[in-house]
Amino acid sequence: MIRLFLAEHYPVLVIAISLLSAFTILIAGWVNKKACLPISLASISVQLLLAFFILHQVITSGTIHYWLGGWAPPWGIEYVVDAFNAYVLVIVLFICLLAAIYSKRSIEKEQPGKIVPFYVVFQLLITGLCGITVTGDIFNLYVFLEIASLAAYALIAVAGGRALKASYNYVIMGSIGACFYLLGVGFLYAVTGSLNMHDLSLLLPPLYGNKVVQAAFVFFVVGMSIKMALFPLHIWQPDAYTYAPSAVSVIIAAAMSKVSIYAFIRVFFSVFTTDFIEIYVPIAATLSWIAAIAIIVGSLIAIMQTNLKRMLAYSSVSQVGYIVLGVGLYSTQWGLYGALMHILNHAITKGCLFLVAGAIIYRSGLWHIRDFEGLGKKMPYTSAAFTIAALSMIGVPPTVGFMTKLCLVLASLEAVEYVFVAVILVSTLLNLVYFWRVIDRMYFVRKEGEEESEHEITKEEAPLSMVFPALILGALCIIVGILWLAGSVTPLQPIVNQAVKALLGMGVVVP
Amino acid sequence: MTEGLIVSISSYMPLFAILCPATASVLILLSSKRPNIRESWTIIAGILQFSLIASMIPTILNEEVIECTFFQTMFEGIAFGFKVDAFGLIFALTASFLWILVSFYSIGYMRSLREHAQTRYYFCFAIAIFGAIGVALSANLLTMFIFFEILTVSTYPLVIHEQSKEAISAGHKYFAYLLTAGVFLLFAIMMTYYLTGTTDFTGGGIKALAELGPTYKLALVILFFCFLLGFMKAAWMPFHSWLPTAMIAPTPVSALLHAVAVVKAGVFGIVRIVCYIYGVDLMGTLGLGLALACIASFTMIVANFFAIAQDNLKRRLAYSTINQLSYIILGAALLTSEGIRGAMIHIPFHGFMKITLFLCAGAIMVVTGKKNISEMAGVGKTMPVTMLAFTITAFGMCGIPPACGFISKWFLCWGTLQAGEIIFLFVLLTASLLDVVYFFPIIHIAFFKRPEGGVEEVEVKEAPLFMLIPLSLTAIFSVLFFLDFILRLNIISMYFYRIVEVAVGNVIPIP
Repeated sequence: MIRLFLAEHYPVLVIAISLLSAFTILIAGWVNKKACLPISLASISVQLLLAFFILHQVITSGTIHYWLGGWAPPWGIEYVVDAFNAYVLVIVLFICLLAAIYSKRSIEKEQPGKIVPFYVVFQLLITGLCGITVTGDIFNLYVFLEIASLAAYALIAVAGGRALKASYNYVIMGSIGACFYLLGVGFLYAVTGSLNMHDLSLLLPPLYGNKVVQAAFVFFVVGMSIKMALFPLHIWQPDAYTYAPSAVSVIIAAAMSKVSIYAFIRVFFSVFTTDFIEIYVPIAATLSWIAAIAIIVGSLIAIMQTNLKRMLAYSSVSQVGYIVLGVGLYSTQWGLYGALMHILNHAITKGCLFLVAGAIIYRSGLWHIRDFEGLGKKMPYTSAAFTIAALSMIGVPPTVGFMTKLCLVLASLEAVEYVFVAVILVSTLLNLVYFWRVIDRMYFVRKEGEEESEHEITKEEAPLSMVFPALILGALCIIVGILWLAGSVTPLQPIVNQAVKALLGMGVVVP
Repeated sequence: MTEGLIVSISSYMPLFAILCPATASVLILLSSKRPNIRESWTIIAGILQFSLIASMIPTILNEEVIECTFFQTMFEGIAFGFKVDAFGLIFALTASFLWILVSFYSIGYMRSLREHAQTRYYFCFAIAIFGAIGVALSANLLTMFIFFEILTVSTYPLVIHEQSKEAISAGHKYFAYLLTAGVFLLFAIMMTYYLTGTTDFTGGGIKALAELGPTYKLALVILFFCFLLGFMKAAWMPFHSWLPTAMIAPTPVSALLHAVAVVKAGVFGIVRIVCYIYGVDLMGTLGLGLALACIASFTMIVANFFAIAQDNLKRRLAYSTINQLSYIILGAALLTSEGIRGAMIHIPFHGFMKITLFLCAGAIMVVTGKKNISEMAGVGKTMPVTMLAFTITAFGMCGIPPACGFISKWFLCWGTLQAGEIIFLFVLLTASLLDVVYFFPIIHIAFFKRPEGGVEEVEVKEAPLFMLIPLSLTAIFSVLFFLDFILRLNIISMYFYRIVEVAVGNVIPIP
């Protein structure tokens, strides 16, 4: 009974620990710079552990509700964690943990003078991300969204130079997105007088015909689309991903984008319901088409890039398209399932790729793909991790990318949308074009003028703390792929199934 | 049809068989610094794998199948697992046996030419065999697809082994064709699953597919062509040009992968589709048998004309492979028991013969450095054993005794008569005649033409024993298969005929 009681508090603890550690780092960092990382690592580890407990709790005994300050829901802020939140929370914290391990060496090299502020803001970013994930209140979600975004703007700007412009762009676009979201919240509050997601989902149905409610929905969708960089609202994203410090690129590409997508899906299905989307604002088809265009255009632009990180950024544009396509096809058996699956898959894969890109820059200072000759020998482990993740992006079985592709193809077939099938399959080939180019450079292409010399190339592997996270994610690309394939034997499928059911069913709360 | 009678036995034997090359690949990487140990892993794995596969023969001859299901996948109705039936066993036996011989040959070849990156070579080779055997033993289309893609990706580094610009562009072409094919195959598999809810290989075809009714007629035809496009590995025209281009690979690679594993995986797939997914009856009703036979006939004739025009020996052999693969396709397309028997028996027989030819070409290249046929005057005198092996198997290719090519062609001709399609008999005979047209000049030049400059004394200079013995063995086996059948010697090779007997029995009810 006591354990159960504690589990109720975990959602708020996850946030509180992170927030407290941000301030602890600030104070401890004054005394000793070296204390920053251990504190950060410790708090993220504890958070991750708690997240796992939450996930377990949710799966075994249903949704967790936490009333902040003991105030009952429609008036007080409520934290609600069901399978979907818990799933995203674990993914986000896992990526953050790896990024924190990774940041030690990379930030020491890239920004030696700003270690303390870096970790403080880093921790604030994680606070924001966790907050978005656990809250059951749309205004509270906005607050955490701003915390996370402001932290992200700062972290990107840390790098200086071109990053300043990238960060500025992001500030502008991000603020517009947040404003749209806030407008949506305001409209809903004006009509219903409530901010609680579950409460809203109960109050809204009679008002579905109301133009204000419909306008609010559109504001939400557009605002969140900016945040998650859905084509054509992605323009802030490539620069931000490219010029941010390596560790930050990993977090914003792998974790933060997932949280934005989480918020999108949450509002989409839990505040508004499938009834609303089907009858009043039939947006699913439009979304799918936008997603399909995003998949193709993102890949095409990625092909044109010569800078590895920029290429990865555009690849993210196309991958977000996959997830949104899955959301658009929610009425099919595999659509939403594939979307939720891809949240994990893309976090793993893209996380790995950005880790590798950072490691290459750290060790050899190379940004451009054309300079990568011989990296396969110089940095064998880093290159191996890259290869696996790239194969996963292409969708070679048995990696995670392949599983997403299967689900989405099946969903499109079920929806009798052959165009989407073609889009997914063509994008496989486009991914092949731009990822294989890199692999070719790393392993096979010889430098101009270099003959078949068998001279020993010295190994210049990145430090262990940078290679290790990349290798873990690389291995996960395959392991998780097999776990997905194995279906109900593994714990993954029940989690996602439960999440999908909750989303398509009666909103956040599943008693 | 006959499926009710088949007893299935659960066993992990297929898993162990497939683990041999997988384990070997890891060990090869680990012992990259010690070449002798590295190569011995390949040999040990090869022998072990072949014995494991051979140990399944008695069960199969008992008209039973060996099943090894690992888990139910997330898609209801598709399990991930192996099912060894007679047809799969034929392919697995051929590939695993020839792998042993080619491994020995590789040692001789790679060391004589002092090739670079030998660890990568042996590693990829083992993975490719892993893929090929996986394709052979798969229980359903999805499992097969996974191994199919592994096979494609793992052969890329082998094709571009030379790492010259030319080799890399050949590799790109290879990938462009085969991964595009993979996309079609994936679509076709998912479509099959969507239509029938299963992708299991069933003797006589999937019932649900046959029962779809006339409204699905067009869909089934389109689906079949998607499958055909998916099996571009079979190099049917006009999608063949990757094969001659891929001949830039080292000769053992061309020998095993492009005469046995990769291309045979393609025709294996087509026969699987014809006999085990669509079924002979459905193929007949839809008129697809005739369409497929036309494609095959076209390829047979046109590929031979291409072959005549080639001067590079390996390229000529490549076109000959394209032609011979279509014999197999034609056999299956005839939809008669003798035709299918000829197709199935041609898989191992063509494997043995074509590998001999390639190995001879490699031996000639290693000893004399000659790649073109026009330069080969007098080779027959310097390398008598090699050229003797070449001659015998070249005879076999044309369907002339004493090599086993005669037997498969005999069955194929019989199959055309059984089907009542006299025109295809003419096609077969014409193609065989054209085989003679391009193989005999090689023999003529090698034995009877004096080298320019007229050197009198000719020294016998054979390739190293590592290379000579494997190629002699395959040639001897080619003859043995023939003698065994004609004289009823009942040597070990008789097993092939019996297995094929069982396989044909599974596919077509014995009247």
